[in-house]
Amino acid sequence: MPMGLTLLTLTALPFIAALAIALRYGAPRAVHSGIAAAASAAGLALLASLAVPVLGGAAASASWAWVPSLGLDLSLMVDPLGWMFAALILGIGLLVVIFAHFYLARDEDTGRFFASLMLFQGAMLGIVIAGNVLLLLVFWELTSLASFLLIGFWQHKPEARQGARMALAVTGGGGIALIGGMLLLGLAAGSFDLAAILARGDIVRASPLYPAILGLILVGCFTKSAQFPFHFWLPHAMAAPTPVSAYLHSATMVKAGVFLLARLWPVLAGTPEYTVIVTSVGLVTMVLGAGVALFRHDLKSILAYSTISQLGMLVMLLGFSLKAAVLAAVLSILNHAAFKAALFMSAGIIEHETGTRDIRRLGGLAKAMPITALIATLAAASMAGLPPLGGFISKELMFGQTPAIALLGLPWLLPALATLGAGLSVGYALRFAAHLFAGQPREAEPFLRAHDPGAGMWAAPALLTMLTVLLGLIPMPLAAPLVGAVTAAVTGGPVPPFDLALWHGVNLALILSLVAVVGGALLLWQHKRLLGLWERAPLPDAKRLFEAAMRFADKWVRKAIVAAHTPSLQTMLMVSFAVTIALVIDGAWVGGGVLTGTRPGLPVSLTGIIAWALLIAATGAVVSHSHKRLRALIFIGVIGLIVCLAFVQFSAPDLALTQISVEVVTVLLLLLALNLLPKAPPTLSRPARRWRDGALAVTGGVCVGGIAWAMLTRDPGPSIAAYHLANAKSGGGGTNVVNVILVDFRAFDTLGEIIVLGIAGLGIFALLETAATGAAGARLRAWREDMPHSPERHPMMLVAASRIILPLSLSVGIYLFLRGHNQPGGGFIAALVVAIAVLVQYLAAGFDWSDARKPVGEHKLIAWGVLLAVATGLGAMLLGSPFLTSWFDYFHLPLIGTFELASAMLFDAGVFLTVLGAVMMALQELSHIARRAARAAGEHGA
Amino acid sequence: MTYEFLVASAIGVLVAGGIYLALRARTFQVVLGLTLISHAVNLFLFASGRLVIGRPPIWDKTVSAYTDPLPQALVLTAIVITFGMTAFVVILALRSFLETGSDHVDGDRVPCDTQDGMAEDGRAKGGEP
Repeated sequence: MPMGLTLLTLTALPFIAALAIALRYGAPRAVHSGIAAAASAAGLALLASLAVPVLGGAAASASWAWVPSLGLDLSLMVDPLGWMFAALILGIGLLVVIFAHFYLARDEDTGRFFASLMLFQGAMLGIVIAGNVLLLLVFWELTSLASFLLIGFWQHKPEARQGARMALAVTGGGGIALIGGMLLLGLAAGSFDLAAILARGDIVRASPLYPAILGLILVGCFTKSAQFPFHFWLPHAMAAPTPVSAYLHSATMVKAGVFLLARLWPVLAGTPEYTVIVTSVGLVTMVLGAGVALFRHDLKSILAYSTISQLGMLVMLLGFSLKAAVLAAVLSILNHAAFKAALFMSAGIIEHETGTRDIRRLGGLAKAMPITALIATLAAASMAGLPPLGGFISKELMFGQTPAIALLGLPWLLPALATLGAGLSVGYALRFAAHLFAGQPREAEPFLRAHDPGAGMWAAPALLTMLTVLLGLIPMPLAAPLVGAVTAAVTGGPVPPFDLALWHGVNLALILSLVAVVGGALLLWQHKRLLGLWERAPLPDAKRLFEAAMRFADKWVRKAIVAAHTPSLQTMLMVSFAVTIALVIDGAWVGGGVLTGTRPGLPVSLTGIIAWALLIAATGAVVSHSHKRLRALIFIGVIGLIVCLAFVQFSAPDLALTQISVEVVTVLLLLLALNLLPKAPPTLSRPARRWRDGALAVTGGVCVGGIAWAMLTRDPGPSIAAYHLANAKSGGGGTNVVNVILVDFRAFDTLGEIIVLGIAGLGIFALLETAATGAAGARLRAWREDMPHSPERHPMMLVAASRIILPLSLSVGIYLFLRGHNQPGGGFIAALVVAIAVLVQYLAAGFDWSDARKPVGEHKLIAWGVLLAVATGLGAMLLGSPFLTSWFDYFHLPLIGTFELASAMLFDAGVFLTVLGAVMMALQELSHIARRAARAAGEHGA
Repeated sequence: MTYEFLVASAIGVLVAGGIYLALRARTFQVVLGLTLISHAVNLFLFASGRLVIGRPPIWDKTVSAYTDPLPQALVLTAIVITFGMTAFVVILALRSFLETGSDHVDGDRVPCDTQDGMAEDGRAKGGEP
């Protein structure tokens, strides 16, 4: 398989699996988990095929231009670091899928579970193999969203919803900081391509943007990896199902921050500020997390705080800015992923089989569930860093590096605090194993229920524990090639020689390790007394602080909204108009100059003056009769007609045709609406208010009129009209330049406009179709005829005339459409004319008669119209031209003569269908609802 | 007097009437106001190509001077979109009236059934069938 296809398949597989699972929503769970497992296994196989070249040092990469103008490429890159993380994500993902298949209760919504899990897997995989930082950001955000779905999987539980929201708020907030940091990073490095950025570390570190880049990226990494002071979301994410916790908090979600720190290590690390900030944050998190973990009672909570602590250690190691420390971090990532996933699964097994996760109620479980006890004890021993397990080696490596960094100028501070953290880790790890499995049961009920689960559930943690044992016994053959290659990839250079082994002789690291183990044992011995002290100490509750902060924000946002947003449209419009007018007046005042330009005017004719006077009078009448609504509508019609005459006068035949047909449908629409609305309500506003509004209106009118006057008395600037005029016939194949602009030069605009029109039509449908129920429905049924109407509902003369007119008006419509490219007409106008022709049928013969005879529904008209227009555009792309390029040619037929065929005509047909559909939708729905009301009223009256 | 003056003053009058109506307290008046303002805006956009008599932008070998076709194309779609917007707003107003029994936009939630002939509850006012 070519490299590009391999990488693309690798990235796409989890997403395809998520989609496939979602599509087979109702299928049995084996289908869901089967698809998920197959996708993970296939991903692993693909990854394995890349192992030899990638770990040999040749990164696999492929790139496709996506938005080159933004520097965004679909660029994928698998180097040893990405390979290791991808292997963890897919490998542990596969084990989690198997575990979850047996873990989830019978009536659980497995479709949603596995679809979300696969979505998350895809997002994580995307982060680690993205070769472009913008692409990485997309996947980063996707992990926040997918983890929200997973943590909140048990939607009925309030703590699940709160935990999910908190995780989203913290990691999403960090994501915003990260976006800023990455954009600045791209600016400083001059590229968004990861490989290019990694090669330009010196330039970035020398850039004045470096402090901002560092700060923002670190916030993103620290929130994701639950570092102090952003650590509090992680324990609350434990409300998730245990397989999710095992996945998110061992190998994936929280490791994303560590991954990014490692990924950008050659760019960001090495400066004093990086070393101090990252080392201290990691150290504090490590000690704090371990300390809290010692005193938690919920198994998953213990593991959550231990995860925080372990992540702190990883971050601290990366913060040292030393190659050997990076090596220790890489090995620790492997170890932590293995033992932590095994421990989470063990906790899930214990809860599954005993019904509780409270360590105070459990004990002596070694007798009842020996297999689980063996698995969990070995994993916990690795977490404690006891020999001969993998955890011991990585802790040794960590201790070996600590003396290299002198925090606050004190060389002993870091080793001492690291030993403290390690001692606390030993304490909680020993407590986890000892209090669970050793001694006597503390309560009878969970103990009596307890038994080992089937092999399906313990197989996955057993495999992981075996791995952690082997990592201790044979580290060199098992891990050294991978760790070496990854370290080289992270640091971007050769790795100093290293030896992974349990025994290096007596050295400082061994002594510190020993101190930590002894200290941990002492902590376990004195645990009851320490717990008493801990419980009496006043401690801040992070959740309560977070909720208080959220409530505070919520309250003030609400206040701001209430202050800014009144329910009165009048007030808001008033302010908008007043501010706009004030800006115009201010601009005129400051700008100065003369109002009237020098362009000679057109002398006016008598008809012009009469039309103008009519328009002024009609506007005045609309305003003064606005409460006598029917009359106001008639005056609105007059205004529309005079505007239409203006278009005729000033060389715009297309506009005149459009205006007159739109005027007809608008007045029809308003009439139909008025039928159901109040006809002549009394005036509401007081005289003072009317005077104020009047003054504002006159000022606004003078302003806009003045601007129009100033514009009309000046010559226009250079126009692109000449281009359109010159190329309409030769380039677009039409002589009606307005139509050629619509369907060719600016066809993309037109496409957008018909889509908007279609959406408006569908919105109208949604608004009126649902009006039959609820309060609206009750009012509709209570509607009374309140206008005098003709006793004859369908006058014979009108019906007969309308049926004769229909074919005639349809012919006019078709004629206007066909000639549109060369003479005034086109899709818009033709659609309006046809709509009027059909509406006349509705008016004359009634809704039922006409509706039963319509050949196509309005939805279909809108849909086919938009599709046809888009298809025309895509057709051009198929032929190798840009979207919506038009094509035309001339043909000759005997009798008919020469005629033209143009692809723009197809596009115009799309316009025609959409406009017809939208117009018909509005009027037909409105008359439909009016008819329903009238029918109800008729039944009342009978 | 010139056509320019007539068009500019007509635009001004339409805007003034539109603003006044848009500031009224009931939906139907606001819709009428929007219609007037739309007319004014369309005329204004159209006028940005300046007023030209007798030179429609229909290309012909023998004609050398035309009016600017671009504002016309823009206004043509604007007219149709105006219709879409008006239809949507009218129906939004109608639905809100049906839902609440009030066609006020001034933020007062006073049902206006007593004035409007549409009873809150059919049986209360309309008598028995």
